[in-house]
Amino acid sequence: MTLSAESLVKIDREIAKYPADQKQSAVMSALRIAQMEKGWLAPETIAFVAKYLEMESIAVYEVASFYNMYDLKPVGKYKITLCTNLPCALSGANDIGGYLKGKLGIGFNETTPDGKYTLKEGECFGACGEAPLFILNNVKMCGSLTPAEVDKILAELE
Amino acid sequence: MEQILLKGLDGDRTWRLADYEKRGGYAALRKIFDEKMTPEQVIDEVKKSALRGRGGAGFPTGLKWSFMPKNYTGAKYLVCNTDEGEPGTFKDRDIMRYNPHMLIEGMIIAAYAMGIPVGYNYIHGEIWEVYERAEEAIDEARAAGYLGNNILGSGFSFQLHNHHGYGAYICGEETALLESIEGKKGQPRFKPPFPASFGLYGKPTTINNTETFASVPWIILNGGEKYQALGKPNNGGTKIFSVSGHVNRPGNYEVSLGTPFAKLLEMAGGMRGGRKLKACIPGGSSMPVLTGEVMMELDMDYDSIAKAGSYLGSGAVIIMDETVCMVKALQRLAYFYYEESCGQCTPCREGTGWMHRMIDRIESGKGRNEDLDLLLNLSDNIQGRTICALGDAAAMPVRSFVKTFRDEFQYHIDHMKCMVPASS
Amino acid sequence: MLEIEIDGKPVSVPQGSTIMDAAGKVGVYVPHFCYHKKLSIAANCRMCLVEVEKAPKPLPACATPVAAGMKVKTHSQLAVQAQKAVMEFLLINHPLDCPICDQGGECQLQDLSVGYGGVESRFEEEKRVVSNKNLGSLISTDMTRCIHCTRCVRFGQEIAGIMELGMGGRGEHSEIMPFVSRTVDSELSGNMIDLCPVGALTSKPFRYSARNWELSRRRSVSPHCSLGTNISIQVRNNRVMRVLPVENEEINECWISDKDRFSYEALNSAERLTKPMIRQGGEWREVDWKVALEYVARGLKDIVSAKGAAAIGALATPHSTLEELHLLQKLMRGIGSENIDFRLRRSDFRVKSEGAPWLGMKISEVSQLDRLLVVGSHLRNDHPLLANRIRQAAKKGLEVSFINPSEDANRISAKHIAAASPDRIAQTLGGVLSALENTSDSKGVAADIAKSLASGKNVGILLGNLATNHPDASAIHVLASKIAARLGAKFGFTGEAANSVGGYLANALPGKSGLDAASMLKDPRHAYLLWNAEVELDCNDPQAALAAMEKAEMVVAFTSFSHKACEYADVMLPIAPFTETSGTFVNAEGRAQSFAGAVSPLQDTRPGWKVLRVLGNMMGVAGFDYEDSKQVLDEIDLSSSRLGNAPDGDCAAAEPVHGLQRVSHVPIYSADSLVRRAPSLQNAALAAAPAAAMNAKLLAKLGIEDGSPVLVRQGEGEVSIHARLDEGLSDDCVAIAAGHSMTSNLGPMFGQIIVERL
Ligand SMILES: Cc1cc2nc3c(=O)[nH]c(=O)nc-3n(C[C@H](O)[C@H](O)[C@H](O)COP(=O)(O)O)c2cc1C
Ligand code: SF4
Ligand code: FES
Repeated sequence: MTLSAESLVKIDREIAKYPADQKQSAVMSALRIAQMEKGWLAPETIAFVAKYLEMESIAVYEVASFYNMYDLKPVGKYKITLCTNLPCALSGANDIGGYLKGKLGIGFNETTPDGKYTLKEGECFGACGEAPLFILNNVKMCGSLTPAEVDKILAELE
Repeated sequence: MEQILLKGLDGDRTWRLADYEKRGGYAALRKIFDEKMTPEQVIDEVKKSALRGRGGAGFPTGLKWSFMPKNYTGAKYLVCNTDEGEPGTFKDRDIMRYNPHMLIEGMIIAAYAMGIPVGYNYIHGEIWEVYERAEEAIDEARAAGYLGNNILGSGFSFQLHNHHGYGAYICGEETALLESIEGKKGQPRFKPPFPASFGLYGKPTTINNTETFASVPWIILNGGEKYQALGKPNNGGTKIFSVSGHVNRPGNYEVSLGTPFAKLLEMAGGMRGGRKLKACIPGGSSMPVLTGEVMMELDMDYDSIAKAGSYLGSGAVIIMDETVCMVKALQRLAYFYYEESCGQCTPCREGTGWMHRMIDRIESGKGRNEDLDLLLNLSDNIQGRTICALGDAAAMPVRSFVKTFRDEFQYHIDHMKCMVPASS
Repeated sequence: MLEIEIDGKPVSVPQGSTIMDAAGKVGVYVPHFCYHKKLSIAANCRMCLVEVEKAPKPLPACATPVAAGMKVKTHSQLAVQAQKAVMEFLLINHPLDCPICDQGGECQLQDLSVGYGGVESRFEEEKRVVSNKNLGSLISTDMTRCIHCTRCVRFGQEIAGIMELGMGGRGEHSEIMPFVSRTVDSELSGNMIDLCPVGALTSKPFRYSARNWELSRRRSVSPHCSLGTNISIQVRNNRVMRVLPVENEEINECWISDKDRFSYEALNSAERLTKPMIRQGGEWREVDWKVALEYVARGLKDIVSAKGAAAIGALATPHSTLEELHLLQKLMRGIGSENIDFRLRRSDFRVKSEGAPWLGMKISEVSQLDRLLVVGSHLRNDHPLLANRIRQAAKKGLEVSFINPSEDANRISAKHIAAASPDRIAQTLGGVLSALENTSDSKGVAADIAKSLASGKNVGILLGNLATNHPDASAIHVLASKIAARLGAKFGFTGEAANSVGGYLANALPGKSGLDAASMLKDPRHAYLLWNAEVELDCNDPQAALAAMEKAEMVVAFTSFSHKACEYADVMLPIAPFTETSGTFVNAEGRAQSFAGAVSPLQDTRPGWKVLRVLGNMMGVAGFDYEDSKQVLDEIDLSSSRLGNAPDGDCAAAEPVHGLQRVSHVPIYSADSLVRRAPSLQNAALAAAPAAAMNAKLLAKLGIEDGSPVLVRQGEGEVSIHARLDEGLSDDCVAIAAGHSMTSNLGPMFGQIIVERL
């Protein structure tokens, strides 16, 4: 198990941000970069990151299992994380949640049988002004959602 | 009304360095170097400004800066808290999206004031686009000589890096944030020792919120007194309020501290559908909820809101109209604290789960008569007993919701259903 | 000093103390779970909340620093209410089935909940269930009982020096776990069982075998390494059920190693020899003691008269008691032979110490060193708790350097590591010495080590097992002592076993005309007395040892176990292991610690000193009329003036060898007859089958892949084992464990060797 040269360059760039004896500080970025390449964080991937950063595997696992956005199990090609926290709920997040579930035919924490979509519930993204909203694959924030808007976004992913 | 942080942000590339400079950016930094302001003078201005931390606790910023050891020769760190995750709060994201250089300039000034050579900006995990933009902004600032060695020929050097979070509310807590930068789980540290003596990598560290740092250039440029005068005594300056929920125009509104709530509500377009304001959480979901009536009489500043029994917190104003079931609202919040507890200390780990399950039960019509007093008692047993303030943050909404809207909770228990028609 | 008040009692404590420290000082007990004096402060259980006057909320005693004038109330209404609330939170998700929990009766949660728990649970929701983890052969889990105090995690990180357990997940979903399906393999892992305040981590070998209150406790001393670890032997129905630490801050602190803890399994093993046996006509026959000893006495007398006393040799292990070693040498000398030795794994006896080689300092003084050079020692394997002491000291500023065949730093944060193949250890030491002597600036790791040592105020130099057993041990000894003299450093030997110092004090050594252990085998005797020794495992050169045994006319094996001696011995006599006899071990710092038997001897087993007493009398040797073992002990001069590490002569370093060389250590669970027979230890990861470890360069040169089978030849013998990559070794070394049945066909622990791919 290894990561692509490109990913390693990215990780090295993160390592360089921290004092020379604090490589471990790059673990969050390294896991993010690894996940972006591999789709999820398999135990081998975690062990690789551990070795690369000279950490114990369990210490890396602690990190990977602590933060919400790491996926310790395979997810669909498109991971949709919908914020359902109170401010978003007040602005219709639950309706959009219902709409997404109906449209994809799955519940929260489920993946479509074709492996294309995973639906997740998220906690406050710090963007409540644009509620309701979801993040796509951890990187793209899609706000002010309406059923029509959802249709449009999903259509673009086809 | 005077604006500082969101002023002039209607162009299409306001986040670029050139645009910021056109708006007068980095003039404060130049002023410090040109006028040879000493670090002490900078801290004095910030003290005079009555700037209070915008991250939630409202601690006087100048005072915090003066806690850093002065003659310490080892490494010191400056950390910016852009881990905005308090439900209802979304101001730092906008500062970073549209005005990142103001934060960078504020951090450089802070670093200068405390003699700090290295800083990190911890950016909330879910806002990847902001992280990318922040990386670009740092590159721009570095290329222009604002960051790096010998800034603008002053002899002062400061390196700044972004650190990207990955989804943990608790990392907004400053010591959890430090642990997270150190590459560990974001579990808060027991204090004392405080970060000013034992912070990042065990070195003296100052942590401020994004909005706090971003307010600093204006203070330096215009003077602390002038900043203070924008607000009220002990509540200096302007503050961005993130208004969410049942208003016509949710969004960020920067107003002077002390602005009446009614005025803020009006700026946000008033209540959606003209409905009645039932309740408002004035400072982010962790703060006690207030009734609409109380809220309508309030001025938006730290002291006024505290007097009414809540806190200004992060300035997240969550507006709830009469269609909201308070049991359901609390149910969602209790779940949030249960999910986001770091799990380290007993009262929070066990207590948040217990409360969340009870409220779930009450909401679904399986409440027991003794549950409400038990909930209040549990919040007492959590609050003030934990390592960090997440315990308090989880307890305060429970206590205030149950106390302020007890009849609604009782109704759920008695009738096994909701008293609010068509609640969502 | 700060003056404060705890529950009205005035106490003065140094700046930086916590309320918990202060409370301890006045004997006030503050309830706690996560706090442990040897671990970092986590302050996560919140059980220790106390009231502090003027503080707005209760504060955790374990983490709150005292301030002058502080008034603390540990039992006020506020404090007790806070403690009760925490107890309630801890119990909501904890099973309340103490009667079926293995920790029942010795559970801190159970004990405290009696005082703090509410009568009726207010918790109506469903309890959390957490899956169990397989942590290996030593620790059993019941993770639903875990209260998240993280003592086990901190123990790994801070004491064992390796993080094998972590707390994965977040919030209520947090679980103590290893990474994926790994086990906990540290040599100190069993301490986690003691640290766990509840029944989440319990002893696998002991599990469900007895209840705490059914056990009687006998203080004793661990018979393994040279530390003299204090232990409590816990007994039911005359059977040793388990072993726990006895705290002794000057020796083992509050820890014991896994071999100290779990080796007791061997005591109850089916391999115990329980009857004296004589071989007649190729058949083993059980006889009674009198018959057996008369047979031995007669045989020895015959050999003395036919061949002379020098035809008899005695080999004892350094795990034997002081009394046994003393009587054995007294017997030998009584019949006229000077051929006795207990230094079975040594091969170089050219230079001697002026006294009994010892640590050169108190064990506790190791913690005070600011510079330390460790030469030829797999510390963590050989002396787990000494390694821990050094590990902790290193965190507080001790600079540790190693000269070893591998780069393994024993989980100590080392300043410098000189990885030198065995034949270059003396050379490297020479390099350190000349760097110290020369004012000219020399470079390289030897010079770095010299620089580190020279900058210290309280310097120590320790020679480990590998240095002692090394074929050029004399040169290493001489060089190290010169370095120490130059630096004014403390200088000593870690000592291999429980009585490595005791053997010297008992004079279980060859006299002027006598042969040392190696010579007795190289130059075979007609008869051997083997005291606890399994020669193919306990001697430096198993080939030579076995050959000598096979050739001998008479071999008498005094042993607690039936072992390979069945093939070459004529008499096997069941002597008591340390739990079944009184005795004394003199530890590395020269401290004699006597112990009584914990249980009575198994079947016909007899305490060794009694066996020797009878034999001495039968042989007509004077002075064998002892009434108890104390009288034996009284004959031995234990004065500290008999300790001394200075070499009695000079010795030049040998030339480096050419070609491949073997380097070996004795794996931790192979080191003595007890650990070899403790099934749980044998199933632990540290008891993995010996491999031929080489660095990548050497593997490539030999065309061998990591993990593939290889043929190893040394002297007359060969073994086939697997190759293993060890990047820390130097280019010409193959590390192959000694003391293990799989490698006992090979020759000496060090020397030339041939490795071929299979
Ligand atoms: C549970 C918890 C969450 C917090 N989240 C944030 C946050 O998202 N952003 C923030 O700036 N401060 C947050 N804080 C407050 C910080 O701990 C800290 O007080 C603040 O960053 C200091 O900056 P300031 O003085 O400029 O306000 C949080 C505190 C707690 C206890
Ligand atoms: S209060 Fe909660 S979030 Fe804070 S340290 Fe304790 S468990 Fe973690
Ligand atoms: S013993 Fe103090 S918090 Fe656990």
